Amino acid sequence: MAKVKPRVKVPKSASAGDVITIKTLISHPMESGQRKDKKTGELIPRKIINKFVAAFEGTPVFTANIEPAVSANPYFEFSMKVPGPGTIRFEWTDDDGTVYDLEKSIAVA
Amino acid sequence: MQLTRRDLGAIAAGAAVMAALPRLALASESNGFEQAIMDFTGGVEPAEGDVTLGTPEIAENGNTVPIEVSAPGAAAIMVLSTGNPNPGIVTFEFSELSGERTGSTRIRLAKTQDLIAVAKMEDGSFTMAKRQVKVTIGGCGG
Amino acid sequence: MKKSIGLIGSAAIAAIVAASAVADPDDNNLVIEGQSLVSETTAPEGSAFEIIYSGWRFRSPETQVLETDDFENPGMVAVEYGYELWETAAGSSGKSCADCHGAIEESMSGLRAGLPKWDEAAGKPLSLEHLINRSIKEHQGADAWKWESAEMLAMTALIGLQSRGMPLDVQTDGPMADWYERGKELYYARVGQLDMACANCHEDNWGNMIRADHLSQGQINGFPTYRLKWQGLGSIHRRFKGCMKQIRATPYKPGGDEFTALELYVASRGEGLSVETPAVRQ
Repeated sequence: MAKVKPRVKVPKSASAGDVITIKTLISHPMESGQRKDKKTGELIPRKIINKFVAAFEGTPVFTANIEPAVSANPYFEFSMKVPGPGTIRFEWTDDDGTVYDLEKSIAVA
Repeated sequence: MQLTRRDLGAIAAGAAVMAALPRLALASESNGFEQAIMDFTGGVEPAEGDVTLGTPEIAENGNTVPIEVSAPGAAAIMVLSTGNPNPGIVTFEFSELSGERTGSTRIRLAKTQDLIAVAKMEDGSFTMAKRQVKVTIGGCGG
Repeated sequence: MKKSIGLIGSAAIAAIVAASAVADPDDNNLVIEGQSLVSETTAPEGSAFEIIYSGWRFRSPETQVLETDDFENPGMVAVEYGYELWETAAGSSGKSCADCHGAIEESMSGLRAGLPKWDEAAGKPLSLEHLINRSIKEHQGADAWKWESAEMLAMTALIGLQSRGMPLDVQTDGPMADWYERGKELYYARVGQLDMACANCHEDNWGNMIRADHLSQGQINGFPTYRLKWQGLGSIHRRFKGCMKQIRATPYKPGGDEFTALELYVASRGEGLSVETPAVRQ
């Protein structure tokens, strides 16, 4: 993919204390550093998303420290205990230092 | 189905491969997963215990193998490969907001191998699980 | 379905297709986001098959489930990119696709199901990629996209999605008749060092295992398809090219007349199956 694009799926509302499932996916080639360029025979340098963090109002919920063995377009599914209404911030860190982020608010019924 | 001569040949060849496998496994060098476990646990040998490592038994393509790990009471779970060039795959860290201590992702496996999940529990103890995933070699695939 | 391996003419395929453990397509129903799709139906008239099956039915449960949820389907990320492109002005016209075509859900609904289709101006059948590039060049006044570019795949996935669930139905008569025949010839023509035709695998041996791979009928109702092997989307013509390389033949050019004719013929073999774009395969 030419473009790195994050997506997340979070229930729009929940009750306080509910455990919800969150799904995330970011389009990224996850170049492992193990592949060779077919034409030149040179190793293609590693370029991956090396860290993913989901935080609720600043408190980490789920962190993934990622190696090149995670597939292209990294997908993570995890759960969160909803403490109340608020915003979940998602951050993906690229080897090149770029941080891709997305925020989702959750309402409490 | 009638058993043909070719079937018998295939069965015999299959048996030969099966017999050769354990020796191959012994002969191949470790990718360093033992050390990666020790680095994670601070030198403690984890006991096999209350970690669930969900994987397909047979992966249709090693490029994208879905896995799910969970361990009630875990602070972190590390997933390791025993058959990739490097042992590291992913480490999940949890918090009091995590709800269930579970995480799913999709991973790359270079060949048929054991996967290992090591959980660091909140009380500082370690526990692990091991599971074999067969990675098929596509006949074609284009 | 039980077919004897002894009927195969090619020594090459006999060597790699296992006769034992014939694995028929499974009985799973394809339901995507609550919508039931046709993954099995009576074969069209004149078909070599009695029943035709979507390639989805030959995949493992883990692969199958990826297609049933639009969030988990990694091909849907490209669809989102396609939406962006659809709405972005480009070229000398300063117009976006949406400026002329309006809501994609209406203007592009059904298109994928009937491709390739006869084009009077071109004097030949055109695939979706041809149609998109013509519109980009002639109407938008921008540069054409490469056949297998991220942009083209995003747009073909987005347009294809507007026909998801609709049955494949292509024109094979009138001016298309010659192209249909040409595609059919290609389908049955043995080529390459392995001296194999499309039919050797996908007609004679579907359902059998080719080493560890479960051979499908080679249907193209899910393209562009997200393949785990590719770790991305790919076009119908890329898949044809891959097959030709596997039998050690020199592939035809994506977008060329041979593959367009073949696409028409293969599409006609799948008439009645639902469009699954973007499908997920191994």
